[in-house]
Amino acid sequence: MFQTVLPYILSGISVGGQYALIAIGYTMVYGILRLINFAHGDVFMVAGILMVYITASGVPLYISIPLVLVLTALIGFVIERVAYKPLREAPRMSIMISAIGVSYTLQNLVLYITGGLNQQYPTVPWISESVTIFGATTKVVTLITPVLTLVLVVMLVWLINHTKVGMAMRAVSKDFETSQLMGIRINSVISATFVIGSFLAAVGSVLYFTNYTTVIQTSGAMPGLKAFVAAVFGGIGSIPGAVVGAFIIGICENIIKGLDIILIKAGISSSMLGLTTFSDAFTFALLIVILVVKPTGLFGEKTTDKV
Amino acid sequence: MNMLKVTNLKVSYGGIEALKGISFDVEQGQIVTLIGANGAGKSTTLRAISGLVKPASGSINFMGQDITNLNPQRIVSTGISLVPEGRRVFVNLTVKENLKIGAYLRQDKDEIEETIQDIYRRFPRLKEREWQLAGTLSGGEQQMLAVGRAMMARPKLMMMDEPSLGLAPLVVKDIFSIIRDLKSEGITILLIEQNANAALRCADFGLVLETGRITLTGTGESLLNNEQVKEAYLGAD
Repeated sequence: MFQTVLPYILSGISVGGQYALIAIGYTMVYGILRLINFAHGDVFMVAGILMVYITASGVPLYISIPLVLVLTALIGFVIERVAYKPLREAPRMSIMISAIGVSYTLQNLVLYITGGLNQQYPTVPWISESVTIFGATTKVVTLITPVLTLVLVVMLVWLINHTKVGMAMRAVSKDFETSQLMGIRINSVISATFVIGSFLAAVGSVLYFTNYTTVIQTSGAMPGLKAFVAAVFGGIGSIPGAVVGAFIIGICENIIKGLDIILIKAGISSSMLGLTTFSDAFTFALLIVILVVKPTGLFGEKTTDKV
Repeated sequence: MNMLKVTNLKVSYGGIEALKGISFDVEQGQIVTLIGANGAGKSTTLRAISGLVKPASGSINFMGQDITNLNPQRIVSTGISLVPEGRRVFVNLTVKENLKIGAYLRQDKDEIEETIQDIYRRFPRLKEREWQLAGTLSGGEQQMLAVGRAMMARPKLMMMDEPSLGLAPLVVKDIFSIIRDLKSEGITILLIEQNANAALRCADFGLVLETGRITLTGTGESLLNNEQVKEAYLGAD
Protein backbone atom coordinates (compact mmCIF):
# COMPACT_ATOMS: atom_id res chain seq x y z
CA MET A 1 0.00 0.00 0.00
CA PHE A 2 2.70 2.43 1.07
CA GLN A 3 4.68 1.53 -2.03
CA THR A 4 1.68 2.40 -4.21
CA VAL A 5 0.90 5.73 -2.58
CA LEU A 6 4.44 6.96 -2.07
CA PRO A 7 5.22 8.12 -5.61
CA TYR A 8 2.03 10.19 -5.64
CA ILE A 9 2.83 11.75 -2.31
CA LEU A 10 6.35 12.52 -3.46
CA SER A 11 5.26 14.23 -6.63
CA GLY A 12 2.51 15.95 -4.64
CA ILE A 13 5.06 17.45 -2.27
CA SER A 14 7.16 18.49 -5.23
CA VAL A 15 4.34 20.15 -7.15
CA GLY A 16 3.17 21.65 -3.87
CA GLY A 17 6.57 23.30 -3.45
CA GLN A 18 6.36 24.73 -6.96
CA TYR A 19 2.86 26.07 -6.32
CA ALA A 20 4.13 27.53 -3.07
CA LEU A 21 6.86 29.50 -4.83
CA ILE A 22 4.21 31.01 -7.13
CA ALA A 23 1.63 31.46 -4.39
CA ILE A 24 3.98 33.65 -2.33
CA GLY A 25 3.94 36.23 -5.12
CA TYR A 26 0.15 36.33 -5.12
CA THR A 27 -0.12 36.59 -1.38
CA MET A 28 2.58 39.25 -0.92
CA VAL A 29 1.20 41.50 -3.62
CA TYR A 30 -2.29 41.08 -2.23
CA GLY A 31 -0.98 41.83 1.26
CA ILE A 32 0.39 45.18 0.15
CA LEU A 33 -1.82 46.35 -2.70
CA ARG A 34 -5.01 44.32 -2.12
CA LEU A 35 -4.53 43.32 -5.75
CA ILE A 36 -4.94 39.85 -7.23
CA ASN A 37 -2.10 40.01 -9.72
CA PHE A 38 -3.61 37.98 -12.55
CA ALA A 39 -0.41 38.33 -14.55
CA HIS A 40 1.64 36.42 -11.98
CA GLY A 41 1.11 32.99 -13.56
CA ASP A 42 2.22 34.45 -16.88
CA VAL A 43 5.37 35.88 -15.34
CA PHE A 44 6.08 32.30 -14.25
CA MET A 45 5.52 31.13 -17.85
CA VAL A 46 7.72 33.91 -19.25
CA ALA A 47 10.51 32.75 -16.94
CA GLY A 48 10.23 29.35 -18.62
CA ILE A 49 10.33 30.85 -22.12
CA LEU A 50 13.32 33.03 -21.22
CA MET A 51 15.15 29.93 -20.07
CA VAL A 52 14.38 28.16 -23.36
CA TYR A 53 15.64 31.03 -25.49
CA ILE A 54 18.66 31.95 -23.40
CA THR A 55 19.88 28.37 -23.25
CA ALA A 56 19.20 27.90 -26.97
CA SER A 57 21.46 30.84 -27.73
CA GLY A 58 24.32 28.85 -26.27
CA VAL A 59 24.57 30.38 -22.80
CA PRO A 60 25.69 27.70 -20.31
CA LEU A 61 23.18 26.74 -17.61
CA TYR A 62 25.23 28.07 -14.69
CA ILE A 63 24.80 31.51 -16.25
CA SER A 64 21.37 31.16 -17.82
CA ILE A 65 19.60 30.08 -14.61
CA PRO A 66 20.73 33.09 -12.54
CA LEU A 67 20.14 35.29 -15.57
CA VAL A 68 16.55 34.05 -15.87
CA LEU A 69 15.96 34.68 -12.17
CA VAL A 70 17.25 38.24 -12.44
CA LEU A 71 15.41 39.01 -15.68
CA THR A 72 12.13 37.67 -14.31
CA ALA A 73 12.51 39.80 -11.20
CA LEU A 74 13.13 42.76 -13.49
CA ILE A 75 10.01 41.95 -15.50
CA GLY A 76 7.98 41.92 -12.29
CA PHE A 77 9.42 45.33 -11.42
CA VAL A 78 8.63 46.77 -14.85
CA ILE A 79 5.07 45.39 -14.89
CA GLU A 80 4.33 47.09 -11.59
CA ARG A 81 5.83 50.42 -12.69
CA VAL A 82 4.10 50.45 -16.07
CA ALA A 83 0.73 48.85 -15.42
CA TYR A 84 -0.06 49.23 -11.71
CA LYS A 85 1.75 52.24 -10.30
CA PRO A 86 -0.05 54.81 -12.48
CA LEU A 87 -3.33 53.41 -11.12
CA ARG A 88 -2.42 53.79 -7.45
CA GLU A 89 -5.21 56.29 -6.81
CA ALA A 90 -7.70 54.68 -9.22
CA PRO A 91 -10.54 52.42 -8.06
CA ARG A 92 -9.40 48.91 -7.17
CA MET A 93 -11.27 47.49 -10.17
CA SER A 94 -9.12 49.44 -12.66
CA ILE A 95 -5.85 47.96 -11.44
CA MET A 96 -7.41 44.49 -11.46
CA ILE A 97 -8.43 44.96 -15.09
CA SER A 98 -4.94 46.22 -15.87
CA ALA A 99 -3.58 42.99 -14.37
CA ILE A 100 -5.78 40.94 -16.70
CA GLY A 101 -4.50 43.07 -19.58
CA VAL A 102 -0.89 42.37 -18.61
CA SER A 103 -1.68 38.66 -18.42
CA TYR A 104 -3.01 38.55 -21.99
CA THR A 105 -0.25 40.82 -23.27
CA LEU A 106 2.41 38.44 -21.97
CA GLN A 107 0.64 35.39 -23.35
CA ASN A 108 0.20 36.94 -26.77
CA LEU A 109 3.72 38.25 -26.86
CA VAL A 110 5.00 34.74 -26.21
CA LEU A 111 2.54 33.34 -28.78
CA TYR A 112 3.96 35.77 -31.32
CA ILE A 113 7.58 34.89 -30.53
CA THR A 114 7.18 31.11 -30.33
CA GLY A 115 4.51 30.76 -33.00
CA GLY A 116 2.40 28.90 -30.49
CA LEU A 117 4.56 25.81 -30.56
CA ASN A 118 5.58 23.82 -27.53
CA GLN A 119 9.11 24.74 -26.56
CA GLN A 120 11.37 22.03 -25.22
CA TYR A 121 12.67 23.07 -21.80
CA PRO A 122 16.43 22.56 -21.44
CA THR A 123 17.51 19.62 -19.35
CA VAL A 124 19.09 20.83 -16.17
CA PRO A 125 21.67 18.18 -15.22
CA TRP A 126 21.61 16.54 -11.80
CA ILE A 127 18.07 17.67 -10.89
CA SER A 128 16.74 15.84 -14.00
CA GLU A 129 18.38 12.58 -13.02
CA SER A 130 16.38 9.69 -11.67
CA VAL A 131 16.69 8.58 -8.11
CA THR A 132 15.10 5.75 -6.13
CA ILE A 133 13.77 6.43 -2.67
CA PHE A 134 12.00 3.75 -0.57
CA GLY A 135 11.51 1.78 -3.75
CA ALA A 136 9.87 4.63 -5.66
CA THR A 137 11.65 6.06 -8.68
CA THR A 138 11.53 9.79 -9.22
CA LYS A 139 13.59 12.73 -10.44
CA VAL A 140 16.01 14.50 -8.13
CA VAL A 141 14.01 17.69 -8.66
CA THR A 142 11.10 16.07 -6.81
CA LEU A 143 13.22 15.81 -3.69
CA ILE A 144 14.98 19.14 -4.14
CA THR A 145 11.83 21.21 -4.59
CA PRO A 146 10.35 20.98 -1.08
CA VAL A 147 13.75 21.52 0.52
CA LEU A 148 14.58 24.54 -1.62
CA THR A 149 11.06 25.92 -1.14
CA LEU A 150 11.30 25.70 2.63
CA VAL A 151 14.77 27.26 2.69
CA LEU A 152 13.57 30.19 0.57
CA VAL A 153 10.42 30.62 2.65
CA VAL A 154 12.39 30.66 5.90
CA MET A 155 14.72 33.28 4.43
CA LEU A 156 11.79 35.36 3.25
CA VAL A 157 9.99 35.19 6.58
CA TRP A 158 13.22 36.17 8.31
CA LEU A 159 13.60 39.11 5.93
CA ILE A 160 10.07 40.28 6.64
CA ASN A 161 10.28 39.92 10.40
CA HIS A 162 13.83 40.98 11.16
CA THR A 163 15.01 43.57 8.67
CA LYS A 164 14.26 47.22 8.17
CA VAL A 165 12.83 46.68 4.70
CA GLY A 166 10.70 43.83 6.06
CA MET A 167 9.36 46.09 8.79
CA ALA A 168 8.56 48.70 6.15
CA MET A 169 6.71 46.05 4.12
CA ARG A 170 4.57 45.13 7.09
CA ALA A 171 3.86 48.78 7.82
CA VAL A 172 2.96 49.60 4.21
CA SER A 173 0.67 46.57 4.06
CA LYS A 174 -1.40 48.10 6.87
CA ASP A 175 -1.34 51.80 6.16
CA PHE A 176 0.11 53.62 3.13
CA GLU A 177 -0.38 57.09 4.46
CA THR A 178 1.10 56.65 7.91
CA SER A 179 4.01 54.76 6.35
CA GLN A 180 4.74 57.81 4.24
CA LEU A 181 4.67 59.94 7.36
CA MET A 182 7.44 57.74 8.75
CA GLY A 183 9.54 58.54 5.69
CA ILE A 184 9.01 55.18 4.00
CA ARG A 185 9.02 55.36 0.20
CA ILE A 186 6.03 53.16 -0.47
CA ASN A 187 6.82 52.81 -4.16
CA SER A 188 10.17 51.22 -3.36
CA VAL A 189 8.52 48.84 -0.93
CA ILE A 190 5.90 47.86 -3.50
CA SER A 191 8.61 47.34 -6.12
CA ALA A 192 10.54 45.14 -3.71
CA THR A 193 7.44 43.02 -3.25
CA PHE A 194 7.07 42.48 -6.98
CA VAL A 195 10.78 41.73 -7.38
CA ILE A 196 10.69 39.09 -4.62
CA GLY A 197 7.45 37.54 -5.90
CA SER A 198 8.70 37.31 -9.50
CA PHE A 199 12.07 35.97 -8.40
CA LEU A 200 10.44 33.15 -6.45
CA ALA A 201 8.10 32.40 -9.38
CA ALA A 202 11.20 32.11 -11.59
CA VAL A 203 12.77 29.63 -9.16
CA GLY A 204 9.49 27.74 -9.24
CA SER A 205 9.51 27.74 -13.04
CA VAL A 206 12.95 26.12 -13.25
CA LEU A 207 11.76 23.32 -10.95
CA TYR A 208 8.34 22.98 -12.56
CA PHE A 209 9.43 22.90 -16.20
CA THR A 210 12.28 20.52 -15.44
CA ASN A 211 9.47 18.16 -14.46
CA TYR A 212 7.04 18.94 -17.30
CA THR A 213 9.70 19.55 -19.98
CA THR A 214 7.72 21.81 -22.35
CA VAL A 215 6.62 25.45 -22.21
CA ILE A 216 3.87 27.14 -24.20
CA GLN A 217 2.17 30.53 -23.82
CA THR A 218 -0.62 29.05 -21.68
CA SER A 219 1.72 27.09 -19.40
CA GLY A 220 1.38 29.64 -16.64
CA ALA A 221 -2.40 29.58 -16.48
CA MET A 222 -3.03 26.33 -14.61
CA PRO A 223 -0.13 26.48 -12.13
CA GLY A 224 -0.96 30.17 -11.62
CA LEU A 225 -4.59 29.41 -10.84
CA LYS A 226 -3.68 26.54 -8.53
CA ALA A 227 -1.19 28.74 -6.69
CA PHE A 228 -3.86 31.41 -6.41
CA VAL A 229 -6.26 28.89 -4.88
CA ALA A 230 -3.45 27.83 -2.53
CA ALA A 231 -3.00 31.45 -1.45
CA VAL A 232 -6.74 31.84 -0.83
CA PHE A 233 -6.87 28.49 0.97
CA GLY A 234 -4.02 29.51 3.27
CA GLY A 235 -5.52 32.94 3.85
CA ILE A 236 -4.49 35.48 1.26
CA GLY A 237 -1.93 37.90 2.63
CA SER A 238 -0.29 35.22 4.77
CA ILE A 239 2.98 33.73 3.55
CA PRO A 240 2.98 30.60 5.76
CA GLY A 241 -0.67 30.15 4.78
CA ALA A 242 0.16 30.19 1.08
CA VAL A 243 2.94 27.63 1.59
CA VAL A 244 0.82 25.24 3.65
CA GLY A 245 -2.08 25.67 1.23
CA ALA A 246 0.17 24.92 -1.75
CA PHE A 247 1.54 21.73 -0.23
CA ILE A 248 -1.93 20.50 0.73
CA ILE A 249 -3.27 21.17 -2.77
CA GLY A 250 -0.25 19.59 -4.45
CA ILE A 251 -0.49 16.42 -2.37
CA CYS A 252 -4.29 16.04 -2.64
CA GLU A 253 -4.20 16.66 -6.36
CA ASN A 254 -1.57 13.98 -6.95
CA ILE A 255 -3.22 11.42 -4.71
CA ILE A 256 -6.42 11.91 -6.72
CA LYS A 257 -4.40 11.41 -9.89
CA GLY A 258 -3.34 8.01 -8.60
CA LEU A 259 -6.60 7.16 -6.86
CA ASP A 260 -7.75 4.61 -9.46
CA ILE A 261 -4.60 2.58 -9.17
CA ILE A 262 -4.41 2.96 -5.41
CA LEU A 263 -7.99 1.69 -5.00
CA ILE A 264 -7.39 -1.29 -7.25
CA LYS A 265 -4.19 -2.26 -5.47
CA ALA A 266 -5.92 -1.89 -2.12
CA GLY A 267 -8.66 -4.22 -3.34
CA ILE A 268 -11.38 -1.62 -2.84
CA SER A 269 -12.37 -1.43 -6.47
CA SER A 270 -11.81 -3.87 -9.30
CA SER A 271 -11.74 -1.53 -12.29
CA MET A 272 -10.49 1.93 -13.20
CA LEU A 273 -13.11 4.42 -12.03
CA GLY A 274 -11.74 7.38 -13.94
CA LEU A 275 -11.30 9.43 -10.76
CA THR A 276 -8.02 10.81 -12.12
CA THR A 277 -10.02 13.26 -14.17
CA PHE A 278 -11.10 15.02 -11.00
CA SER A 279 -7.64 16.12 -9.88
CA ASP A 280 -8.02 19.66 -11.27
CA ALA A 281 -11.68 19.87 -10.35
CA PHE A 282 -10.74 19.08 -6.76
CA THR A 283 -8.66 22.25 -6.45
CA PHE A 284 -11.41 24.48 -7.72
CA ALA A 285 -14.10 22.74 -5.71
CA LEU A 286 -11.86 23.41 -2.73
CA LEU A 287 -11.80 27.11 -3.64
CA ILE A 288 -15.59 27.24 -3.60
CA VAL A 289 -15.78 25.41 -0.28
CA ILE A 290 -13.26 27.76 1.35
CA LEU A 291 -14.96 30.86 0.09
CA VAL A 292 -18.27 29.62 1.46
CA VAL A 293 -17.09 28.11 4.74
CA LYS A 294 -14.04 30.12 5.76
CA PRO A 295 -13.39 33.06 3.43
CA THR A 296 -10.37 34.17 5.43
CA GLY A 297 -8.60 30.85 4.80
CA LEU A 298 -6.48 28.83 7.17
CA PHE A 299 -4.24 31.62 8.51
CA GLY A 300 -6.00 34.66 7.19
CA GLU A 301 -6.85 37.52 9.44
CA LYS A 302 -10.17 39.22 9.44
CA THR A 303 -9.54 42.48 7.69
CA THR A 304 -11.73 45.37 7.04
CA ASP A 305 -10.91 47.02 3.77
CA LYS A 306 -8.40 49.80 3.80
CA VAL A 307 -9.85 53.26 3.65
CA MET B 1 11.36 83.62 15.00
CA ASN B 2 8.81 82.17 12.63
CA MET B 3 9.49 78.50 12.25
CA LEU B 4 6.58 77.70 9.97
CA LYS B 5 5.05 80.19 7.61
CA VAL B 6 1.87 79.29 5.76
CA THR B 7 0.84 81.79 3.11
CA ASN B 8 -2.50 81.90 1.30
CA LEU B 9 -2.83 78.11 1.35
CA LYS B 10 -5.61 76.65 -0.76
CA VAL B 11 -6.50 72.96 -0.92
CA SER B 12 -9.29 71.39 -2.97
CA TYR B 13 -10.73 67.91 -2.88
CA GLY B 14 -12.51 67.04 -6.10
CA GLY B 15 -13.57 70.59 -6.85
CA ILE B 16 -14.53 71.48 -3.29
CA GLU B 17 -12.27 74.01 -1.60
CA ALA B 18 -11.41 72.68 1.84
CA LEU B 19 -9.01 75.54 2.52
CA LYS B 20 -9.83 78.87 0.93
CA GLY B 21 -6.50 80.60 1.33
CA ILE B 22 -5.27 80.61 4.92
CA SER B 23 -2.16 82.30 6.24
CA PHE B 24 -0.58 81.88 9.64
CA ASP B 25 2.80 81.59 11.34
CA VAL B 26 4.01 79.24 14.00
CA GLU B 27 6.69 80.69 16.23
CA GLN B 28 9.52 78.49 17.39
CA GLY B 29 9.07 76.98 20.84
CA GLN B 30 5.37 77.74 21.07
CA ILE B 31 2.23 75.69 21.20
CA VAL B 32 -0.17 76.84 18.52
CA THR B 33 -3.65 75.39 18.36
CA LEU B 34 -6.15 75.25 15.55
CA ILE B 35 -9.74 75.06 16.70
CA GLY B 36 -12.91 74.82 14.72
CA ALA B 37 -15.89 72.63 13.93
CA ASN B 38 -15.80 69.40 12.00
CA GLY B 39 -15.08 70.03 8.36
CA ALA B 40 -13.57 73.46 9.00
CA GLY B 41 -10.31 72.33 7.41
CA LYS B 42 -8.13 71.64 10.45
CA SER B 43 -6.96 68.19 9.41
CA THR B 44 -6.54 69.35 5.84
CA THR B 45 -4.16 72.04 7.04
CA LEU B 46 -1.95 69.49 8.79
CA ARG B 47 -2.17 67.06 5.88
CA ALA B 48 -1.07 69.78 3.48
CA ILE B 49 1.87 70.76 5.67
CA SER B 50 3.02 67.14 5.95
CA GLY B 51 2.71 66.63 2.18
CA LEU B 52 -0.12 64.12 2.20
CA VAL B 53 -2.26 66.43 0.08
CA LYS B 54 -0.92 68.79 -2.54
CA PRO B 55 -2.03 72.40 -2.17
CA ALA B 56 -3.84 73.99 -5.10
CA SER B 57 -1.97 77.20 -4.42
CA GLY B 58 -0.14 79.09 -1.71
CA SER B 59 3.11 78.28 0.00
CA ILE B 60 4.45 76.56 3.07
CA ASN B 61 7.82 77.57 4.37
CA PHE B 62 9.61 75.72 7.15
CA MET B 63 12.76 77.14 8.70
CA GLY B 64 13.54 79.14 5.60
CA GLN B 65 12.94 76.25 3.21
CA ASP B 66 10.03 76.08 0.78
CA ILE B 67 8.37 72.72 1.43
CA THR B 68 5.13 73.35 -0.47
CA ASN B 69 5.58 70.66 -3.07
CA LEU B 70 7.90 68.23 -1.34
CA ASN B 71 6.70 64.67 -0.83
CA PRO B 72 5.95 63.41 2.69
CA GLN B 73 9.28 61.58 3.03
CA ARG B 74 11.25 64.76 2.36
CA ILE B 75 9.09 66.80 4.69
CA VAL B 76 9.64 64.37 7.57
CA SER B 77 13.36 64.69 7.02
CA THR B 78 13.18 68.48 7.39
CA GLY B 79 11.98 67.97 10.96
CA ILE B 80 8.18 67.93 10.84
CA SER B 81 6.32 64.97 12.34
CA LEU B 82 2.59 64.38 12.31
CA VAL B 83 0.74 62.41 14.96
CA PRO B 84 -2.24 61.53 12.79
CA GLU B 85 -5.87 61.57 13.77
CA GLY B 86 -7.02 58.26 15.21
CA ARG B 87 -3.41 57.47 16.26
CA ARG B 88 -2.81 55.13 13.31
CA VAL B 89 -0.22 53.01 15.10
CA PHE B 90 0.84 49.98 13.06
CA VAL B 91 -1.33 47.37 14.75
CA ASN B 92 0.61 44.47 13.21
CA LEU B 93 3.95 45.71 14.52
CA THR B 94 5.18 45.41 18.09
CA VAL B 95 5.40 48.48 20.30
CA LYS B 96 9.16 48.56 19.86
CA GLU B 97 8.91 48.19 16.08
CA ASN B 98 6.45 51.07 15.99
CA LEU B 99 9.07 53.21 17.70
CA LYS B 100 11.84 51.96 15.43
CA ILE B 101 9.84 52.75 12.34
CA GLY B 102 9.43 56.30 13.61
CA ALA B 103 13.20 56.58 13.21
CA TYR B 104 13.10 55.12 9.70
CA LEU B 105 15.07 57.96 8.12
CA ARG B 106 17.66 58.28 10.88
CA GLN B 107 21.13 57.04 10.03
CA ASP B 108 22.58 57.05 13.56
CA LYS B 109 21.76 53.45 14.47
CA ASP B 110 23.39 53.55 17.90
CA GLU B 111 21.49 56.58 19.07
CA ILE B 112 18.14 55.18 17.98
CA GLU B 113 18.20 52.69 20.84
CA GLU B 114 18.93 55.58 23.21
CA THR B 115 15.92 57.51 21.97
CA ILE B 116 13.78 54.40 22.47
CA GLN B 117 14.97 54.11 26.07
CA ASP B 118 14.26 57.80 26.57
CA ILE B 119 10.69 57.29 25.35
CA TYR B 120 10.31 54.27 27.66
CA ARG B 121 11.36 56.45 30.62
CA ARG B 122 8.70 58.93 29.63
CA PHE B 123 6.02 56.29 29.00
CA PRO B 124 6.79 53.31 31.27
CA ARG B 125 3.63 51.57 30.04
CA LEU B 126 5.21 51.25 26.60
CA LYS B 127 8.28 49.62 28.10
CA GLU B 128 6.08 47.05 29.85
CA ARG B 129 4.40 46.25 26.56
CA GLU B 130 7.52 46.47 24.42
CA TRP B 131 6.96 43.11 22.67
CA GLN B 132 3.19 43.30 22.38
CA LEU B 133 1.53 44.07 19.08
CA ALA B 134 0.40 47.68 19.06
CA GLY B 135 -3.10 46.52 18.17
CA THR B 136 -3.47 45.05 21.65
CA LEU B 137 -2.87 48.37 23.43
CA SER B 138 -5.61 50.52 24.92
CA GLY B 139 -6.56 53.78 23.25
CA GLY B 140 -4.51 55.87 25.64
CA GLU B 141 -1.47 53.65 25.27
CA GLN B 142 -1.80 53.79 21.49
CA GLN B 143 -1.86 57.57 21.67
CA MET B 144 1.31 57.56 23.75
CA LEU B 145 2.86 55.19 21.23
CA ALA B 146 1.84 57.49 18.37
CA VAL B 147 3.47 60.44 20.15
CA GLY B 148 6.55 58.35 20.95
CA ARG B 149 6.76 57.21 17.35
CA ALA B 150 6.65 60.82 16.15
CA MET B 151 9.36 61.75 18.68
CA MET B 152 11.63 59.03 17.29
CA ALA B 153 12.25 61.21 14.24
CA ARG B 154 13.49 63.96 16.60
CA PRO B 155 11.19 66.55 15.07
CA LYS B 156 11.54 70.28 15.48
CA LEU B 157 7.84 70.74 14.84
CA MET B 158 5.31 68.17 16.01
CA MET B 159 1.81 68.39 14.63
CA MET B 160 -0.92 66.57 16.52
CA ASP B 161 -4.35 65.84 15.12
CA GLU B 162 -6.97 65.34 17.83
CA PRO B 163 -4.69 63.56 20.32
CA SER B 164 -7.36 63.42 23.01
CA LEU B 165 -10.18 62.12 20.83
CA GLY B 166 -11.97 59.13 22.33
CA LEU B 167 -9.82 58.95 25.44
CA ALA B 168 -10.91 58.81 29.08
CA PRO B 169 -10.74 62.17 30.93
CA LEU B 170 -7.79 61.07 33.07
CA VAL B 171 -5.84 60.04 29.98
CA VAL B 172 -6.69 63.32 28.30
CA LYS B 173 -4.99 65.07 31.23
CA ASP B 174 -1.91 62.93 30.63
CA ILE B 175 -1.86 63.83 26.97
CA PHE B 176 -1.94 67.54 27.72
CA SER B 177 0.83 67.21 30.27
CA ILE B 178 2.89 65.38 27.63
CA ILE B 179 2.29 68.26 25.23
CA ARG B 180 3.56 70.73 27.83
CA ASP B 181 6.60 68.53 28.46
CA LEU B 182 7.42 68.47 24.78
CA LYS B 183 7.21 72.24 24.67
CA SER B 184 9.55 72.57 27.62
CA GLU B 185 12.05 70.46 25.72
CA GLY B 186 12.00 72.92 22.87
CA ILE B 187 9.70 71.11 20.47
CA THR B 188 7.28 73.40 18.70
CA ILE B 189 3.71 72.10 18.63
CA LEU B 190 0.89 72.65 16.19
CA LEU B 191 -2.19 71.14 17.77
CA ILE B 192 -5.69 70.40 16.56
CA GLU B 193 -8.28 69.77 19.24
CA GLN B 194 -12.00 69.28 19.56
CA ASN B 195 -11.44 69.94 23.23
CA ALA B 196 -10.97 73.66 22.60
CA ASN B 197 -10.97 74.53 26.26
CA ALA B 198 -8.02 72.34 27.16
CA ALA B 199 -6.20 73.24 23.97
CA LEU B 200 -6.48 76.99 24.47
CA ARG B 201 -5.40 76.66 28.12
CA CYS B 202 -2.07 75.19 27.15
CA ALA B 203 -1.57 77.05 23.88
CA ASP B 204 0.48 80.19 23.41
CA PHE B 205 -1.48 81.08 20.36
CA GLY B 206 -4.77 80.01 18.83
CA LEU B 207 -6.39 80.14 15.43
CA VAL B 208 -10.07 79.68 14.77
CA LEU B 209 -10.89 78.00 11.49
CA GLU B 210 -14.35 78.21 9.95
CA THR B 211 -15.21 76.51 6.64
CA GLY B 212 -11.74 76.85 5.23
CA ARG B 213 -10.94 80.34 6.50
CA ILE B 214 -9.21 81.67 9.58
CA THR B 215 -11.75 83.90 11.27
CA LEU B 216 -10.06 84.73 14.53
CA THR B 217 -6.58 84.65 16.01
CA GLY B 218 -5.11 85.52 19.35
CA THR B 219 -3.24 84.25 22.37
CA GLY B 220 -4.70 81.21 24.04
CA GLU B 221 -5.93 83.30 26.91
CA SER B 222 -7.56 85.99 24.81
CA LEU B 223 -9.46 83.39 22.81
CA LEU B 224 -10.57 81.67 26.02
CA ASN B 225 -12.19 84.95 27.07
CA ASN B 226 -13.57 85.82 23.66
CA GLU B 227 -17.38 85.83 23.65
CA GLN B 228 -17.68 84.39 20.14
CA VAL B 229 -15.29 81.54 20.94
CA LYS B 230 -17.02 80.90 24.23
CA GLU B 231 -20.34 80.56 22.55
CA ALA B 232 -19.26 78.47 19.59
CA TYR B 233 -16.54 76.22 20.99
CA LEU B 234 -16.35 76.32 24.74
CA GLY B 235 -19.91 75.55 25.78
CA ALA B 236 -22.33 77.77 27.66
CA ASP B 237 -20.44 78.38 30.91
